[in-house]
Amino acid sequence: MAECIECGATVQLHDDVENGEIIDCGTCGSELEIIETEPVSLDTAPELEEDWGE
Amino acid sequence: MTIGVLYSRIRHDEKLLLNELRDRDHDVVKLDVRNLRFDVETPEPPLSECDLVVDRCLATSRSIYASRFIDSYGIPIVNGPETAAVCADKAKNSLALAAAGVPTPRTEVAFTKESALEIIESFGYPCVLKPVVGSWGRLMAKIDSRSAAEAILEHKATLGHYEHKVFYIQEFVAKPDRDVRVLATDGEPIAGMVRSSDHWLTNAAKGAETATFEPDERARELVAAASDAVGGGLLGIDLMETADGDYTVHEVNHTVEFKALAETTDVDVPARVVDWLEQQRTAEVVA
Repeated sequence: MAECIECGATVQLHDDVENGEIIDCGTCGSELEIIETEPVSLDTAPELEEDWGE
Repeated sequence: MTIGVLYSRIRHDEKLLLNELRDRDHDVVKLDVRNLRFDVETPEPPLSECDLVVDRCLATSRSIYASRFIDSYGIPIVNGPETAAVCADKAKNSLALAAAGVPTPRTEVAFTKESALEIIESFGYPCVLKPVVGSWGRLMAKIDSRSAAEAILEHKATLGHYEHKVFYIQEFVAKPDRDVRVLATDGEPIAGMVRSSDHWLTNAAKGAETATFEPDERARELVAAASDAVGGGLLGIDLMETADGDYTVHEVNHTVEFKALAETTDVDVPARVVDWLEQQRTAEVVA
């Protein structure tokens, strides 16, 4: 578990969470990026940019 | 085999890929594109330790340059820089498809509002204005009238990045509320799906409903031809069904997402992708 850096709610994490993974806060809906796994550290996920896509 | 996964974010797509690679005991090197530096001659670790790199960059600009550098180091990369350059740009994509004789929607490009309006008027309404670089249906405009065309062109010319002054105009294809996505490796389909929506945009990213699609002979033929046209690789080929019972290929995607497809089909998509990646390395070694 970790704490959402936007709203402070508890965020449930999978056991196999890894650096760079994007997760959603179930409470406020923020997209969060896993920065570290041991211990877990979160940051806000990068904002969508114009050239993102497939 | 040491496989580098070049990424911007680890989404469900990348997670599926990473898990499949690890399950097969490959050494996986995660390459966060934000942290990499590219020398013009020599790769730095951990990139230099990779036998093969899979480009999963979200940012098209980074994908184009990173794949070019990695290829220059002699490290095999999927997809290659030529394929990335063609697929990343809708104008280049259309040119490649047309040159290969692959049916594709009628398309013209112009660089001024006046010339773009001439094209739009000649196409008739509705027609479609797309950014040359972009994805997920963003900034796409279905133009229903001259007044709408004038307003959209004015906005793009005034507010946009210089790329928005490359006006890419395409006929509107009256598809049956759905389009087709086929994931293919060097033109051989892994799986396909239809994406259905009441909205004219049928991107899965726009919330379209998906269902499995089994490519028929004609679709397979066009998938193979479209893949060849852009240089082959791991690709998402987008087709629309036309009123005369044929298909038209409107786009080929080079950093294809497959989460929605994996949820739609019984095919083990990540496994098939990794099967093909393993063959790429084998082919390199033999060569």
